[in-house]
Amino acid sequence: MSGPDISALLLTGWLALVTTLVLLIVGTPLAWWLARTSSRWRPAIEAMVALPLVLPPTVLGFYLLLLFNPTAPIGAAWLWLSGDTLTFSFAGLVVASCMYSLPFMVQPLTSAFTALSRGPVEAAASLRATPLDTFFSVVVPLSKRGFLTAAVLTFAHTLGEFGVVLMVGGNLPERTRVVSIAIYEHVETLAYTEAHTLSLILLLTSFVVLTVVYASNRSQAVRVG
Amino acid sequence: MRWPSIIAVWRTLETTTSANRTRSIHATLPGCSSIGFCVIRRSLIVLAAAFVTAGTALADTIRVGVASNFLGPATDIASAFETATGHTVLLSAGSTGKLYGQIVAGAPYDVFLAADTARPKALIDKGFAVSGSQRTYAIGTLVLWSARGDVPVTLSRLRAGSYRHLAIAQPTLAPYGRAAIETLSALALTDRTADRLVFGESISQAMSFVATGNAELGFVAKAQVVALSGQAPGHYWQVPAELHRPIEQAGVIVRSDKPAAAEFFEYLRSPVAHDILTRYGYRSP
Repeated sequence: MSGPDISALLLTGWLALVTTLVLLIVGTPLAWWLARTSSRWRPAIEAMVALPLVLPPTVLGFYLLLLFNPTAPIGAAWLWLSGDTLTFSFAGLVVASCMYSLPFMVQPLTSAFTALSRGPVEAAASLRATPLDTFFSVVVPLSKRGFLTAAVLTFAHTLGEFGVVLMVGGNLPERTRVVSIAIYEHVETLAYTEAHTLSLILLLTSFVVLTVVYASNRSQAVRVG
Repeated sequence: MRWPSIIAVWRTLETTTSANRTRSIHATLPGCSSIGFCVIRRSLIVLAAAFVTAGTALADTIRVGVASNFLGPATDIASAFETATGHTVLLSAGSTGKLYGQIVAGAPYDVFLAADTARPKALIDKGFAVSGSQRTYAIGTLVLWSARGDVPVTLSRLRAGSYRHLAIAQPTLAPYGRAAIETLSALALTDRTADRLVFGESISQAMSFVATGNAELGFVAKAQVVALSGQAPGHYWQVPAELHRPIEQAGVIVRSDKPAAAEFFEYLRSPVAHDILTRYGYRSP
């Protein structure tokens, strides 16, 4: 395997990891709110979270191209803060991936939080645990499986991201050239051997990762049942 | 199915039946018990005849896979060809590499208009296109383009480096990208521009990076800028042809059993096609 392909693999893994961490931080409170709220806005927020599941990546990519460009407010603000544009940069890919993979983090977490019985949470509160303490000492351990599923699905989904990256990335080696883009380029230039190598790596990684999720879900189910 | 051929058959039937009307319509078209029913019957015959003629050289339908930079002129040439011959041309635009892959996988294209010479040659070598049919149908023109109307695009602006991103097509994928790299090297700007280049997977994507303001400048096909003229502000500087190898766009006939495919391929070097090519900024080979 060539140097550029190895760096594409590393970049993809790094992007998936950063995206998963950011979404853990952003997605957890959102999922907690969705699981507990009785707000009338809840259906609309849930729909917004689920949008990336049904929209083609081209829609997100198109909007991001318009939002990220240095003459638009968001693009200009980022350029002023960081000195770099959001398009054609790793930071831009992280933002795009977070939007694109949001449902994969939020939905499993919301189900896990909804499935929690109120008993332990209320018990913790009656023992004067702060809400934050309750969350980390009671909710998180009880929702372990939900967190694992959410994190693994987000990671795997980001590994496989293609359309949005293609539209806003600019195919820059070591910055935005992820594996899916590298495969696309190999296929287009008829370099099928390289395309096979990278595809097989992605296929096996995704398979292993998903098997881990399903296996852990199963063992949990067996233990509970 | 073509309407002209349907109308032609209808007219023929009309002449026959009116000639026979003095004797007996029923003799010509058995089963006609009334004039109304007769019309239905005649319609059925016309439809059947149209289905039969649809597959022949009379009025054929051909599918053409065309490199996206050439879609504009191809559309105009196809419609002139349709008017002249009565055939129908269905165009599918895509990158040269993708169309190549589709043809190898059995896509039903009759003609392939690529953006380079390598892919048509590869198709012939592998037996997926008619051998000996490869021909350069157009030579592309590269321009340096900015979507802003207020700053002129000049070579000195490129040299001065007063821009953050310069969009080009991925040189491994697109001949226009390769030509852009050659141009930068001929101008001794390779090192200066290295960390400003951003790559579109096709010349169209390089164009969209510039059009959306994400890249201030880009090397694109003149044909695309021409197609946009009137819709968007912008300036371009035409890259002198001697700064890069010619962007030869070659085509091949994919299927030999369709005379209309060869007809269309030949039509590409007609005076009409030549005028359209020139208008879009291509040179004829």
